[in-house]
Amino acid sequence: MDPVISVRGLVKAFGSTRALDGLDLEVAPGEVHGFLGPNGSGKTTTIRVLLGLLRADAGEVRLLGGHPWHDAVELHRRLAYVPGDVSLWPKLTGGEIIDLFARIRGDLDERRRDELIQRFELDPTKRARTYSKGNRQKVALVAGLASSAELLILDEPTSGLDPLMEAVFQDCIQEVREEGRTVLLSSHILAEVEALCDRVSIIRAGRTVESGSLESLRALTRTSVTAETERPVEGLDRMPGVHDLEVRSQLDGDTEVRFQVDTAHLGEAIAALSAAGIRTLICQPPTLEELFLRHYGDQLEREDLAGDAG
Amino acid sequence: MDVLAGTGAIVRLVVVRDRWRLLAWVGAVVALVAITAWSTKGLYATQEDLDLAAAAARDNPAALAFNGPDQALDTMGGQIAFQVGAFGLTLVGLMSVLLVGRLTRAEEDSGRLELIRSMPVGRGAPLAAALGVVGVAQLLAAAGSAASLVLLDQEVHGSIVFGMGFLGVGWLWIGVTALSAQVAENPRVVTGAAGGALGVAYVVRAAGDMSGGGLSWLSPIGWAQKARPFAGETWLPLLLLFAATVALVAAAVVVARRRDFRAGLVAPRPGPARAAPHLRSPLALATRLHRTAIAWWAGATWLLGLVYGSLAESVEDFIGDNEAVAEILASLQGVSLVDSYLATSLLITALIAVGPALQVMGRMRAEEADLRAEPLLATQVSRPRWMASHVAFALGGTALTVVLGGFGLGLGHSLVGGGAGQVAEMTVDAVVYLPALLVLAGIPVLLFGVAPRWTFAGWLGLAGAFVIAMFGELLDLPQLVVDLSPVQHVPPVPASEVRALPFVVLSALAVALFVGGFAAFRRRDLAPS
Repeated sequence: MDPVISVRGLVKAFGSTRALDGLDLEVAPGEVHGFLGPNGSGKTTTIRVLLGLLRADAGEVRLLGGHPWHDAVELHRRLAYVPGDVSLWPKLTGGEIIDLFARIRGDLDERRRDELIQRFELDPTKRARTYSKGNRQKVALVAGLASSAELLILDEPTSGLDPLMEAVFQDCIQEVREEGRTVLLSSHILAEVEALCDRVSIIRAGRTVESGSLESLRALTRTSVTAETERPVEGLDRMPGVHDLEVRSQLDGDTEVRFQVDTAHLGEAIAALSAAGIRTLICQPPTLEELFLRHYGDQLEREDLAGDAG
Repeated sequence: MDVLAGTGAIVRLVVVRDRWRLLAWVGAVVALVAITAWSTKGLYATQEDLDLAAAAARDNPAALAFNGPDQALDTMGGQIAFQVGAFGLTLVGLMSVLLVGRLTRAEEDSGRLELIRSMPVGRGAPLAAALGVVGVAQLLAAAGSAASLVLLDQEVHGSIVFGMGFLGVGWLWIGVTALSAQVAENPRVVTGAAGGALGVAYVVRAAGDMSGGGLSWLSPIGWAQKARPFAGETWLPLLLLFAATVALVAAAVVVARRRDFRAGLVAPRPGPARAAPHLRSPLALATRLHRTAIAWWAGATWLLGLVYGSLAESVEDFIGDNEAVAEILASLQGVSLVDSYLATSLLITALIAVGPALQVMGRMRAEEADLRAEPLLATQVSRPRWMASHVAFALGGTALTVVLGGFGLGLGHSLVGGGAGQVAEMTVDAVVYLPALLVLAGIPVLLFGVAPRWTFAGWLGLAGAFVIAMFGELLDLPQLVVDLSPVQHVPPVPASEVRALPFVVLSALAVALFVGGFAAFRRRDLAPS
């Protein structure tokens, strides 16, 4: 099946700053795709290009089989968008705004609207100027989720929501997934991404640095291993892919080792441990946090460079 | 005192942030007084001129309603005080309303005050700082006004009492606005209520001055005029102003001490949970956003036209005897003074009618800048459709306002004996201005497409047209500059025949500006602030 979103080599500059610098993104039909990146990395700019609000400087962008700039109106009939920075008309009530959007889209499902308002515990009779940040976010979420569009584009939709509402949001996205609809979810909340997303793309400084299923991304990074063996382990210090090795001899003659190993070399490392007689073994797969930090943190990157050089 | 801790720091913050705004207000008030005094001196060079002007004003209820009571109008000081009049007092009131509203409730509503209040700052400090800064600004404006009168050879005592009247009204409306800011939760309601009170005070004294003066004692603006600057000064009414100020500020402080942060005395009422059936399109939304402002513009312009029109027949007695004034009005030969006066009135009314278009365009830009346009444009609403929903109100607002202004002029004139045909004639004459006005309204439309952050510059176009229309001859501007203003190409109806060519050319130019704006907006990126 053709991808719902396909972006290749997207470039967008504002004056002399290159907000997007060759970004790639591919979202398949029916998947919930996590879109991760630090502040200012270009997530919102990418979404605005996808919505035809900004024009791409270079690169190829396809959305639902169309061109996001030229076919904007046609494409917008098939998607719903929840902005990260929600700004509402101060004199209208939340209920009025939700109705307005539903009617403009032409798909007002009364039952679904009322259900969502109830689930998100939103008071639809308050004027928008009196809503808190979280409540403004809820108005935008209800307006977006009430639609039956085949693609949802959500730009950090849960910033400002409390944990209870976060859980409601996750339920709603699971339902959307079960209906076979597609979601592009830009987010900072890693637990949310781990719970919801089939695949993720991590971007940094306007470029995609990693993309794939969470499993495949984990394979790209390191597993931390802690083990006790009967005898000293041979050859670990020379083994490719092993980092941060610590060896400690214990009073009872056993050896304790701690190290990080590139997931591709995990088998060899375990074989070496096994040869030394494993007493205890703890393997920890990388968390999304580590994945994240690996691509975000300048410090980690420098360590990588130093490690590669040595 | 703990409750006022940090007041000095907030005063510094306010002064740094708003110094130009404060200076502009003080400068505007002083300039109004100084320029009026200077031009009054030039206009009425001899005692004979003054006597004639006094006689004309005395017999003219509209002039008394506009300016104030008949007090020593045959002296230069009295005439100056009359000419600056209730308008100047209303201006200082408005200065307090807008500045105090901005520094109190608007600041609280924006959330900025919350940050300040979280610091070691007393509960009363922000209010005290606002009152202090605006109070001093009013003091400067009043002192500058009095000093400019003294410099223009007016009596010192009268000048001081005149300045004290300004100060009293300015301070009193500091109190009114401060109290309003404690009671209402919405900053727009705060300035609306305080400004409304100012309007009522103006109207009450207008009624009083027309009917002999008793009613004017119910209006603070009346009190300032009852102090009789240059006409046998008396200080008692000024004491009334200052006593009322103290009472209002005290009331504001009492409410401020009792209420919660960000709350008012009136709890906000819930609104409808469901949208009305017609709220289903960008156009319906634009209606909600623009209808109130357009109604105000159109209503006020109609009223202004009515007042101008009702003065038409008395214009001959009013200024007929004064060569200088007659020259300004009747720069055209072979035209009756009444028609010439009506033409000038219609020109002013027409220029005001550009206001709603400029305000609507400014709000359209704010919709984009504040990210409210973005989610709408992410639905199947196309850019031209979204933009058209606003531009329609710019067009409609200007058309409605100019037509109602012309209608008011004709109605006012017919009520004082201009003939029933005046209503239709002036209404049609107003339409003659429409293409020129749409050229002025088209400037921000084009700017919105080409350079959205400059949309506001449409106001500069209107200001330029105003200066050229009002002072073009006085300033002896070169014809090339005068020709830049589209309204200069409109024949001065009803003092001239209607001509088709300017109508067609200006219409074409307006269409080009609008089309250019739409085309450019389709091609550009959305530009948040």
